[in-house]
Amino acid sequence: MRGSRRVLVPALVMGALLLAGGRAEAQKLPEGNSCIECHRGIGDPRVTPPAEKFPQDIHLAKGILCQDCHGGDPTNFDPQGAMNRAKGFIGKPRHQAIPQLCGRCHSDAAYMKRFNPTIRVDQVQEYFSSVHGKRLRAGDQKVATCISCHDVHKIRAIKDQQAWTYPVKVVETCGRCHGDAKYMQGYKIATDVVDKYKQSVHYEALTKKGDLSAPTCNVCHGNHGATPPGVDSVANVCGTCHSLTAEFFNQSPHKKAFAAMGLVPCVTCHNNHDVMKPNDTLVGTDEKAVCVNCHDPASAGYQKAAAIRASLDELRGAVQRAAAILDRAEHAGMEVSQPKFELRGATDALLKTRATVHQFDPAPIRKLSEEGVQIAGKAYEKGVKAMDDLRFRHRGLWVSVGIILVALAGLVLKIREIDQRGG
Amino acid sequence: MQTAASSRRGFVNILMGGGFTAMAAWMLYPVVRFLIPPKSGEPTIASVTVPWKPAELKSNSGRIFKFGSQPGILVKTPAGELRAFAATCTHLNCTVQYREEKQDIWCACHNGIYDLNGKNVSGPPPRPLETYKVNVKAEQVIVSKGA
Amino acid sequence: MGGVPRSVAELLRFANAWVEERIDLSGARELIRHKVVPVHRHTIWYYFGGMTLFLFIIQVMTGILLLLYYRPSAEEAFESVQFIVTEVEFGWLIRSIHSWSANLLVATMMIHLFSVYFTQAYRKPRELTWVSGMCLFGIFLFFGFSGYLLPWNELAYFATKVGTDVAGQVPLVGHLIARILRGGEDVTGATLSRFYGFHVAILPLLTTAILGLHLFLVQKQGMSVPPEIERSGRPIRTMPFVPHFLLRDLVGWLSALAVLGALAAYFPWELGVKADPFAPAPAGIRPEWYFMYMFQTLKYIPAKIGPIDGELVGVLGFGVGGLFLLLVPFLDRKTARGEKSPLFFWIGVGIVTYILVLSLLGYVAPGGK
Repeated sequence: MRGSRRVLVPALVMGALLLAGGRAEAQKLPEGNSCIECHRGIGDPRVTPPAEKFPQDIHLAKGILCQDCHGGDPTNFDPQGAMNRAKGFIGKPRHQAIPQLCGRCHSDAAYMKRFNPTIRVDQVQEYFSSVHGKRLRAGDQKVATCISCHDVHKIRAIKDQQAWTYPVKVVETCGRCHGDAKYMQGYKIATDVVDKYKQSVHYEALTKKGDLSAPTCNVCHGNHGATPPGVDSVANVCGTCHSLTAEFFNQSPHKKAFAAMGLVPCVTCHNNHDVMKPNDTLVGTDEKAVCVNCHDPASAGYQKAAAIRASLDELRGAVQRAAAILDRAEHAGMEVSQPKFELRGATDALLKTRATVHQFDPAPIRKLSEEGVQIAGKAYEKGVKAMDDLRFRHRGLWVSVGIILVALAGLVLKIREIDQRGG
Repeated sequence: MQTAASSRRGFVNILMGGGFTAMAAWMLYPVVRFLIPPKSGEPTIASVTVPWKPAELKSNSGRIFKFGSQPGILVKTPAGELRAFAATCTHLNCTVQYREEKQDIWCACHNGIYDLNGKNVSGPPPRPLETYKVNVKAEQVIVSKGA
Repeated sequence: MGGVPRSVAELLRFANAWVEERIDLSGARELIRHKVVPVHRHTIWYYFGGMTLFLFIIQVMTGILLLLYYRPSAEEAFESVQFIVTEVEFGWLIRSIHSWSANLLVATMMIHLFSVYFTQAYRKPRELTWVSGMCLFGIFLFFGFSGYLLPWNELAYFATKVGTDVAGQVPLVGHLIARILRGGEDVTGATLSRFYGFHVAILPLLTTAILGLHLFLVQKQGMSVPPEIERSGRPIRTMPFVPHFLLRDLVGWLSALAVLGALAAYFPWELGVKADPFAPAPAGIRPEWYFMYMFQTLKYIPAKIGPIDGELVGVLGFGVGGLFLLLVPFLDRKTARGEKSPLFFWIGVGIVTYILVLSLLGYVAPGGK
């Protein structure tokens, strides 16, 4: 029900001004609206929450009030008159009916464009393509609907850092169901995904490093069309950001081999939810390496794995050695910003080799590694020179102090002498 | 004939005088060396001469060079114009690179893309790349920071 | 004229005679020959003035060497200091000595100031010496403040911002003062150029004049003896300035030189990170230690005291404190009359304690940013 357009325009202006800061600040509730006045004033905790939460809601900011979703007559302060089915009152909507209710506006392009010309209007359609949507249609009462993820009566703007859908908060939002083993009983999906994800390097990037582009649930699974990516498409999902790595993998022999064996690319070695910060130990032939899960010692793959690991170790060692001595020199006060800059070339090479690992071919990796080792070697030498300069300075100091002491000795003796002379 | 006292006095004089002379010379040495200008004539970081001649640079190519203690990228656009930017990605500081096939500047770490004006157009980078001035003098390309 | 001088002593005698034939230096010679220094319990404090002077001379010499390579513009300052420290032979040594000596100089200057205060050497006839000394104190603090900015690193940039902000708190003329200091509304390259001008031209000129006066007065009036020693009536032993006191001075100066060398070799002065006016202020901005007590005091003053801004109260407080010290020879009536002056003694103790405690707190207090 598109109600009260006479409220809409001034409220829009008010809302626009209020939202200028981009956050849904607590707003003043309009006067003379019976829904709000009663639900706020009654004092019964069963009915007051919506009115208490509503000041934070973006709909209020845009001038959309209770009656616009729930129907009824807000000018009538008599409960029977206000909450009148004849006036379109629907009360608390059924679980099944929620997407359509929101969709009444949010799927109406003409209506939504008035508020934001670029806003999408296909969310409900997408939703019904998702597992959640399909199950809802099948009668599932526990499955997520709009309000499960966006909250209700306190729906915040997308850019609002407190919104349930703000990237940092998404895992909490999805986790409300998907991390609750009891709630998910009966569904045949894992419930440890939230815990696993929170251990991951993606979660760390999102929460500790503040990188909002780091993936959270919706980035890989979709928002409204939430579906776990199929075996074939996982690599595409990961490859959206890790494009270079995905390209390497697709050029490598592993692509066909994995497909043949029904192994999921990326996930097989790196997991899906608990993607940890990769370590060079992942590659190679020792027990922690993933290569030996498939390649037995007699195979060519085994040899290649060993060779690749050797190149990585050599480069990493060279970089660490150079970084260590440069740090020592810097700590001692020597100016080593130039060699540190040059070492970046080796660190870049290390980054590149680790991406190139996914070609699973020792030759290009060895080439990159050797280039990096050379650069690191030069930086190391400069570090050695810096430490030598430091020693030179210290030795120079002690000679200076020695000479000064000689002069001091002469002075002190002279002073004693003239004092004795009674000068 | 020298008395014990006068020989001791002489010793003290020599010690003091010698000590002071040694000190003076020891301290004069660093000052003189300081005054002699070092081989790398001046601080080079306000501007850098890149190690390539203008003719060597092909259109639709980009190269990384050292700008002080940071990497820079020198780009020759498909139209033949020389441009230079700081090559440190504004996302998480990886070094960017030029992509011939896309004619853009790309950061391999997280797929950040910049156009040939250094503007961040796609992916995580929050800000454009810092732009440098490029001047071509005879056989030299000189990149400098804008004032 | 004799033949060719055959030893250093002969050479000196020859040079001496050559000058004497042309310029009558007998007055100066007599002054130096007869200059004596009183010897008593508190003689040790006499060395600190000379030590400050010695360190100032070190500053001038190292400063002149540095300005052969330093470039006073926002684009080049940091890089030029980096160049000095990495490329120029012994540049690291000259630069570290300059930075360390600045701090040592302020320390010895403070010791000199308070030893003069507590021995009441400011009393008649030395009031002008005291006033000129207080002026020098202010000048040297400004030397330190202006020099600190010159490497144009992050910490210096923000410390200057905070410092000039505080200066701007002075009532009525504060904003004007801040603009004159900064060369504009904010700390920019204009500030750097200006501070450079202060540091290498204006302040040295002022110092020459006022230090010249200060030293002249000291030579003319001789060293002051603490009142209680004068009052005791005992005859005061003295030692000739040349060579006795001067040689002892030299012991101190050479030791200071050794200390400076050790500091430069083992604790070289940091280069820091180049200032970026657009970056947020880093954690841990603080001024140099000799401003720390003021900085910390301002942190403790509440935002408003009654209707007045807390910072304003702080600035006025410092102003009153400085003015008190400046005028102490004229305020301390008891000492002027030749009586003991316990009030001023305890005020002095209070000031020293305040400076020590607040400085210490500046470094160890939690939440100190």
